[in-house]
Amino acid sequence: MSGPSSLPTTVAAGTPQQAEAAQSQVQEMTYAEAIREALREEMRRDPRVFLMGEDIGIYGGAFGVTYGLIDEFGEERVRDTPISEAALAGCAIGAALTGMRPVAEFQFSDFMAIGMDQIVNQGAKLRFMFGGKAQVPVVFRAPLGSGTGAAAQHSQSLEAWFAHVPGLKVVLPSTPADVKGLLLSAIRDPNPVIFLEHKLLYRYKGPVPRGEWTIPIGQAEVKRPGKDLTIIALSIMVPRALAVAARLAEEGIEAEVVDPRTLRPLDEETLIASARKTGRVLIVHEAVLTGGFGGEIAARIASSEAFYYLDAPILRLGGAETPIPYNRTLERRATPQEEDIYQAARRLLQRRPL
Amino acid sequence: MSEAVPALSPEQMRSLLQTMYRIRAFEEKVDELFMRGEVHGTTHLSIGEEATAAGALQALRPDDYITSTHRGHGHCISKGADLKLMMAELLGKETGYCRGRGGSMHIADVASGNLGANGVVGGGIPIATGVGLSIKMQGLDRVCLCFFGDGAANEGTFHESLNLASIWDLPVIFLCENNQYGMSMAVRKAMRCETIAQRAVAYGIPGERVDGNDVFAVYEAVSRAAARARSGQGPTLIEAVTYRYKGHSKSDQNRYRTRDEIRAWQERDPIKRLTAYLREHSLMTQEEIEREEAAAYQAIEEAYQFALASPEPDPDSLLEGVYA
Repeated sequence: MSGPSSLPTTVAAGTPQQAEAAQSQVQEMTYAEAIREALREEMRRDPRVFLMGEDIGIYGGAFGVTYGLIDEFGEERVRDTPISEAALAGCAIGAALTGMRPVAEFQFSDFMAIGMDQIVNQGAKLRFMFGGKAQVPVVFRAPLGSGTGAAAQHSQSLEAWFAHVPGLKVVLPSTPADVKGLLLSAIRDPNPVIFLEHKLLYRYKGPVPRGEWTIPIGQAEVKRPGKDLTIIALSIMVPRALAVAARLAEEGIEAEVVDPRTLRPLDEETLIASARKTGRVLIVHEAVLTGGFGGEIAARIASSEAFYYLDAPILRLGGAETPIPYNRTLERRATPQEEDIYQAARRLLQRRPL
Repeated sequence: MSEAVPALSPEQMRSLLQTMYRIRAFEEKVDELFMRGEVHGTTHLSIGEEATAAGALQALRPDDYITSTHRGHGHCISKGADLKLMMAELLGKETGYCRGRGGSMHIADVASGNLGANGVVGGGIPIATGVGLSIKMQGLDRVCLCFFGDGAANEGTFHESLNLASIWDLPVIFLCENNQYGMSMAVRKAMRCETIAQRAVAYGIPGERVDGNDVFAVYEAVSRAAARARSGQGPTLIEAVTYRYKGHSKSDQNRYRTRDEIRAWQERDPIKRLTAYLREHSLMTQEEIEREEAAAYQAIEEAYQFALASPEPDPDSLLEGVYA
């Protein structure tokens, strides 16, 4: 599978100088390659950075993301762990607390549940509990999402769990350029960062600036400007929303697609500005609707000055209230697909102004 | 006490006694403050377990790391913490080690290598393992001493961490303070195996059981483990058998054990045993011992007065320290 050709080719974040420098050295690569490039560059730059996780060495990780890194950096810095997620999480935290910059990979984000005490009760809180006198610069990378037939225990989108915890930062990049820029920022961040990669995105291709390329954590991006409605999309829903926007454009409707990219801290300014501009907001994510992060985004918009500019109630589209099923048809039905987003956008446009 | 003459100078032995008296005096003061309602939350006292903390830290260097537990005041004092900053933390004051944000269960002093007490049983074990990894990767001549209780020995983190530390030869000393009860659950009901130390076999590392009320025995066991860790031979599991006189926390009604049992352990009191040794070997006179004891209570009183006089945190500073 490859990404839709409608993916924007500009990389809009960063300073104009960065963007200019970047344009001369942009290379087409997959999302997985962009992650690998970020890891490689940062490991070359900073000897404190190391990787740990299950089968990340010779095997190259369950999704091949770290493939080949062990050849350059060796097994000390590309560290295979036993299947021990609690120890993986805690060990990374302990190393981070004492001067290292670990990047821990969970094979599936579902398995973060096994390391949850360490992530939520320890890593997220140590700095605060210690009166601000400690730093925990750790990155927890993990694939999330459905679409691969991996069924209920390997397909969840649990980003809202982590976004609920003060002390954590939560990042969900949707493009190869974003995943590189945000991963470099995440590794350099002095706080624990939950870095969630949709497994369907790994094979998406896009332009990625070579060399130094960072995107600030906590900065949303308008992926496609428009005036008729706003589609706020997370992770895999960004390319789907962009495809829908292209379809709507053929029908004379200009949809604005906004990717928050980071859930905590949330760039609500960009989201609110877009809502205010278009007056119609559709929020779409793969995570189950109840308790999903879309609710938080809707609340932020509804309680902002954008409320007065809304021409219709905010519409949310999310995963069905079910574990992810195995069967291909059921699996697709369980999460928003392009057609669902298109229909929802159409419904939203048909609502009369309030 | 250990029959063998411990490799400690008379000064070091006096220092051990000072530390143990300070722990006891600190805990008694905290107990009193809770009873009087001067501090809130909960607390876990280590009266009766002083030899384990003091003996273990005597065997380490100042730049070594520790991770501690919910019953961590003794570890903190033995690591050389400032009693004033500790007491201020318990009273929730801005001057406390954690600016009043952590309290009894989270006292830490990262700068001195004390990586914190922990409110989750077994929560510190993987962290200590990661500290060991950090030491090893940075090529430092340090060790990490990981305190945990008998209760934590049944947590998954114990098993995962000992295995990880073992396969990577990490310089970690896993020191189980077996005080016989995980809250009310007796060790003999919580595990089928006879000792916690024997679990080391499962991870291919040495396991040793010592009398945790014998400060010299603890010192010697931890010294051996530290030497092993520093020479790149990896982790050791030590089980120090001891006993807490007070309840698990302030809600404890002591329904699960008898007064006779507590009294029997008080006969083996670690401070009594050390003072008897010091007298018998003419290392300290009774008068000197009493002076040491009085000095400890005096130091705790001063710490309390410091804490009392310290300011509360500014409510507007609430969000400070959540993120770096």
